Amino acid sequence: MSTQDIPEENLPSEQDAGHAAVAEADAKDPFADPGLPPHEHRIQDIDERAAKRSERTVALLFTLSMVATVAFIASFVAFPVDKIVYIFPFGRISALNFSLGLTLGIALFCIGAGAVHWARTLMSDVEIADERHPIEATPEVKAKVMDDFRQGAKESGFGRRKLIRNTMFGALTLVPLSGLVLLRDLGPLPEDKLRHTLWSKGKLLVNQNTNEPLRPSDVRVGSLTFCKPEGLEEHDHDFQTQIAKAALMVVRIKPDDIKDKQQREWAHEGIVAYSKICTHVGCPISLYEQQTHHVLCPCHQSTFDLSDGARVIFGPAGHALPQLRIGVNEEGYLEALGDFEEPVGPAFWERG
Amino acid sequence: MKKLSARRRHPLAAVVVLLLALAATGGLYAAFAPADKAQAEETAQSLAIDEGKKLYSVGCSSCHGTGGQGGSDGPSLVGVGSAAVDFQVSTGRMPAQQPGAQVPKKKAIYSQAEIDQLSAYIASLGAGPVTPTEKQYNPEGADIGKGGELFRNNCAQCHNFTGQGGALTHGKYAPNLADVSPKHIYEAMQTGPQNMPSFPDTTMPEQQKRDIIGYLQSVNSEKADNPGGLTLGGLGPVSEGLFAWIFGLGALIGVAVWVAARTAKARKS
Repeated sequence: MSTQDIPEENLPSEQDAGHAAVAEADAKDPFADPGLPPHEHRIQDIDERAAKRSERTVALLFTLSMVATVAFIASFVAFPVDKIVYIFPFGRISALNFSLGLTLGIALFCIGAGAVHWARTLMSDVEIADERHPIEATPEVKAKVMDDFRQGAKESGFGRRKLIRNTMFGALTLVPLSGLVLLRDLGPLPEDKLRHTLWSKGKLLVNQNTNEPLRPSDVRVGSLTFCKPEGLEEHDHDFQTQIAKAALMVVRIKPDDIKDKQQREWAHEGIVAYSKICTHVGCPISLYEQQTHHVLCPCHQSTFDLSDGARVIFGPAGHALPQLRIGVNEEGYLEALGDFEEPVGPAFWERG
Repeated sequence: MKKLSARRRHPLAAVVVLLLALAATGGLYAAFAPADKAQAEETAQSLAIDEGKKLYSVGCSSCHGTGGQGGSDGPSLVGVGSAAVDFQVSTGRMPAQQPGAQVPKKKAIYSQAEIDQLSAYIASLGAGPVTPTEKQYNPEGADIGKGGELFRNNCAQCHNFTGQGGALTHGKYAPNLADVSPKHIYEAMQTGPQNMPSFPDTTMPEQQKRDIIGYLQSVNSEKADNPGGLTLGGLGPVSEGLFAWIFGLGALIGVAVWVAARTAKARKS
């Protein structure tokens, strides 16, 4: 039923007729399907001038979007990346960021608003009901397909010529192997890189702040210092790769407060050196509380007790933090007495 | 003796004995104290120590012990140094109002003169970090880039990238550094208040502390640039995501409801 071209004066009577039909159904059967409510017209369906107004509004929104996109490109060209302006309520904000965000926001919003306005005021709003129909094929079509298949199988000789059939099965089984072989190309295996760090016997503990080797007297009780192995410099090409495994935190605990016997032996006068890499998923972990000696990982709240062999006291981490065995060399500097005894960082398949 | 003995059950007997005991204690104190006093009054510093001791006895000794030796309610103050006292008392953390996971910052109770006297007394108990002079903590001319690097390596794990603070275990937290004075930041690094580890000059020289203070001022002050607009607490993707989910999605839902609630029909029902 098309209602677009019904003259205005005909509308009320049509609607009255619709209401009457529904009322009749009610009287005969209280649960009859009421059907769709009668269609009502919008002002734009009736008044051509209103429709023109809507058209202009939609066009204006789309034009505004175009202008905003041009402004986006213009501000990308015009504003240098480090220009700062004061805009309330954002404060001292980058002019480039602000103008890019504003213009892109306007451009996208106007396309959306124009489309919504178009759909609501001008596109047809008549509700249409489509009846459901079965999606199953008819019995004739089904029979034909099965016949065709059987005939095809017979003509191919698939069941009779067993040599062809078996070699085909063999070929199809072997083909995926080429894909498996290519998987071998996914980079070299880590070998034993996960088990070793740059630390080795005799390497000095270098303070990352000052780039100077540490003396025991530098490390006060309650202080926190981060160290790198001697010889590793920040401008080295593999600095990040190496420090990711070798990062070390050094704290000093009163020897009487250290509960773990091995930890006390591996320390030097209460100075203990632990890996800074969380054993859960390898976040840098150094939220050290000097009174409780707890170290908290900011990622998943694993907590380690540095006064008790850095064992896990909370959270998902599966291993204690590895301790580096340290001592003092003849010149009075702190040195490593070897590499970490176990792999640092998160567990892996072959870790054992 | 018989007379005394006869009156030993008199109702006022206990009071008389108490008075006698108090007089004896006071007399003994008066007899021994002057020796200390004569020595102490030689310099103004000693006077400050004396005044500080009086303030200490009234305000601090109930937790930290009569001689600063510490007790079940408070740690020993021997060797904490004047810088620790200046930090704790002038940020109002000490005297503490109540026990808890962490003693919060509040309005300072003592005047600067009184704090100096308290500091002098505590410093006299054992050597420790000394209250810094302005030359030590003034960040004028600091290397802000280097300060940022040092801050991210040493401090950001707890205090966040721009010093906005963060949570620790069991209700403890690293406080926001936005409105902390350079002197107090310097003292905190030197002394390690509460659960914060210390960063003594032996591992982090004075100049590096100034660089860190300079960095914090450049990212945290009113005049600091915020290229991205609203900082939302400077807490990173968590607060930004929360803002987008609540306000961004909220606005979208609001607009959708508004569009659908207004009928486009000519005849309003």
